[in-house]
Amino acid sequence: MKADLQQVPALARRKSITSSPAFVYVLVSPLFLILLAYVIYPLFETFIASINVDEQITWKNYTRFFSLEHTANLEALWTSIYISILSVISCGIVGVAMAFLLERYEFPGRKILSVLALVPMALPPLIGVLSFTFLYGESGIFPRMFKELFDLAQVPFSLKGFWGVVVVHAFTMYPYFFMTATAAIKGLDPSLEEAAASLGANRFTVWRRVILPMLTPAIVASSLLVFMISMASYTAPLIFGIDRTMTMQIYLSRTNGDLDMAATQSTILSIVSIAFLLIMRWYQGARNYQNLSKGVSVHRTEIKSKAGRYVTIVLSFIGTIILMLPILVLVLISFSVDGTWTVQILPPQYTMSHYIDLFTDSKTWRPIANSLQLSAIASIGIVLFGVAAAYSMVRLKFRGKTLLDVLIMLPWALPGTVVAVNLIAAFSQPNVFSFGQVLIGTFWIIPLAYFVRHLPLVFRSTSATMMQMDPSVEEAARNLGASWWYSFRRVVFPMALGGILAGTLLAFVQCIGEFVASILIFTPRTTPLSVAVFQRMYNFEFGTACAYGVLQIVVIIIVLFISRKLSGDKAGTAV
Amino acid sequence: MSSVTLDHVYKRFGNAKGVEDVHIHIESGEFFTFLGPSGCGKTTTLRMIAGFYFPTEGQIRFGSQEVTAVPPHKRNTGMVFQNYALFPHMTVFENIAFGLQVRKINKTDTKERVERIMKLVRLTGYGDRRIDQLSGGQQQRVALARALVIEPQILLLDEPLSNLDAKLREETRFEIKRLQLELGITTIYVTHDQAEAMSMSDRIMVMQSGEVQQVGTPHEIYHFPVNRFVASFIGETNLWEGTVVGIEGEEVKVRLASGHVLSGLKQNASPRARLEAGETITMSIRPESVQESTVAEGVNIVSGSVEMSEFTGACVNYTTKVGQEQLRSMSINLGRPVKQRGDSIGLHIPKESIYFAG
Repeated sequence: MKADLQQVPALARRKSITSSPAFVYVLVSPLFLILLAYVIYPLFETFIASINVDEQITWKNYTRFFSLEHTANLEALWTSIYISILSVISCGIVGVAMAFLLERYEFPGRKILSVLALVPMALPPLIGVLSFTFLYGESGIFPRMFKELFDLAQVPFSLKGFWGVVVVHAFTMYPYFFMTATAAIKGLDPSLEEAAASLGANRFTVWRRVILPMLTPAIVASSLLVFMISMASYTAPLIFGIDRTMTMQIYLSRTNGDLDMAATQSTILSIVSIAFLLIMRWYQGARNYQNLSKGVSVHRTEIKSKAGRYVTIVLSFIGTIILMLPILVLVLISFSVDGTWTVQILPPQYTMSHYIDLFTDSKTWRPIANSLQLSAIASIGIVLFGVAAAYSMVRLKFRGKTLLDVLIMLPWALPGTVVAVNLIAAFSQPNVFSFGQVLIGTFWIIPLAYFVRHLPLVFRSTSATMMQMDPSVEEAARNLGASWWYSFRRVVFPMALGGILAGTLLAFVQCIGEFVASILIFTPRTTPLSVAVFQRMYNFEFGTACAYGVLQIVVIIIVLFISRKLSGDKAGTAV
Repeated sequence: MSSVTLDHVYKRFGNAKGVEDVHIHIESGEFFTFLGPSGCGKTTTLRMIAGFYFPTEGQIRFGSQEVTAVPPHKRNTGMVFQNYALFPHMTVFENIAFGLQVRKINKTDTKERVERIMKLVRLTGYGDRRIDQLSGGQQQRVALARALVIEPQILLLDEPLSNLDAKLREETRFEIKRLQLELGITTIYVTHDQAEAMSMSDRIMVMQSGEVQQVGTPHEIYHFPVNRFVASFIGETNLWEGTVVGIEGEEVKVRLASGHVLSGLKQNASPRARLEAGETITMSIRPESVQESTVAEGVNIVSGSVEMSEFTGACVNYTTKVGQEQLRSMSINLGRPVKQRGDSIGLHIPKESIYFAG
């Protein structure tokens, strides 16, 4: 050690704000503030509304809810849970079975099927339910066709009521199981099965002891997710007329003017949803065996026997038809002349006029313009929030990190109906978070609802990208003299751009398809596309409604395609 | 160029200790290495110099400037990261020019300086390549060029060779040393590879579990390790325990468990070694100093049977069982017949090669 260790006066240095340890909090406090203002505060206001009846604090709404004399509410809770359980079971069977067939067997039509398997993701909730009623409902194409064919007095079968809801759920939600199971099966190292087999396990034992336990985390995670989404489902019960579900009860209480009961029902549904969110988080943290080996080559068993090949060809043909029909029927009906399809199997008259009207008739164009504008505004907010939040969560260390993570995922767990009820409770009077304005009944409430509902999307896709980025890249930039802001702009942002764009596009199309919250808060001047579809349906303007639907699907397919390219298949998991 | 001083620097992460009391002065233009096993605190110390961590206690100075709490982008150090940390969305040229653009150097100067440095690291003509089109060795040179082009006061290298294969590692080692000598830049090098440290450094700081074990030239560290850890970490060595039986002038006599008595020189002892009759003492004997003896008895000659014999071409290595202990030896292949397992052997341990480690 050399001599000159004498004390030297500290160099006067310009302390820039970005280098102080408090800078982290400068960055994250707006995030907390936004979540507080637009998620927590509305939730709290709804709770207050549920216990504040006629200026008195009372639990009577809750005793009414759980009362055994007027069981409407308890029935609704039970129906919601029952539908959700059946949805989980049916989605699980369909999704896991499809994932196994498509990943492990080679048969004619496999490639087409594995692309089409994700078609239900491209259907906005309302559009999906509508196409199902067109196809299988009481006056749907298939029941009428069978009635005509066999000359029956009544339709032989039709999709309606409780089972209608379950079938629609199964069709629209099985992709959650399908995607996670596919990923899990891809990650299954075939040598594990081979090892088990060489140790003397037969095919059944390999399944029971090796494959199923390895898939359990994926199946449990998807079950929780589907359960949560089913609980939140609103469109299917609405169209199939099942009033006794939680979401419908909230809607009905509101329209009947029983506002504090609506608030009570909302609060209870929120508690259920938040509980599920927390269980999911806990479970995802607890599961630990994922694929340990890299570069697994999946070997698909080819179906060789002649009979087996014919069976699979027929089955995959039927599968393709079932998956394509909802879109095909929408396309077909979008060309039908409004008001002409009454008792026939198929619409009798066709026209191009709906599509021409979409872009030329100002009344028809209006909802499209509204939706584009509302969604664009919401998306800007979602991007700004999502990128800042993702950066904070991945790169910064600060107190309250877990809390921020939970708060960000919270709006995603809350049913759209609840989000709308919460916003109504919070912003029907002026307050500090709305800058002293009443937002209900104005233009701004809808973008705000979209923002709250979809804010986790950009966060998730961006943080997935950022987690794969090596932190030393940012350090290298800092070392070369770049300030925090400069290195964020030139290095972090461009590197995360793929993930950011993918999430933004998804958020944008989700906003355009949003129906559940919109129906409660739209105003005649800001009618969005999805509400317009609903209104046209009720006026029996099927053609125009379906033309709107086809437009949405086309946009969604384009966006899904682009975002897949951008983020190399990771975006699929952000939905 | 600038000297670097770490003045009683401590770093704790919560309750876990990172680095304890590092107190060193690195001369301007020196090639200084932090050496130690993983988790010893060497990278933590380097990152404090770069400004990615701030010391819990103590001061860091560049020359006479105190920089303890200066953020990384105002330190003007050039760092090469273990995985290079090249910007994947930029070309080779853009990567190297990044630091100059930050400094708002005009376009013509930037171009000229980047081209000069690319020539220096032999990357001329690669400016438009994307990073993923480069080999590991080329990426490593881009990282080096990017750190050097800003003319840093101090060059920081964090295990820069660990991702290269053996042959390339040797070439790059030579290249880094050449650049350092040509530019005369103060260089701090972090590695766990003692051969790398020995061949390149002016001085080495050996660290273990957050504490500095020894600071010295490669020669000092190799021949005069201050403790068992340094002796066994640097190169190969035989660590034998024995009892001091007597001191005669400059010579210390030690009896081994096998009954052999070895004599060593009093001056070859670490400060902690207690050279008094009756004390148990650890000796470090380097394998290359142990030579095959033609006779089985004599001063500092031990005998035993060969347990393992390795013929590597240039050398012959034996592991010999002497009493209950093992003695590894290594000699240049002079064409003599190679002994096989089970053969008896006499080995001479020169008294100047015995080091009393404590």
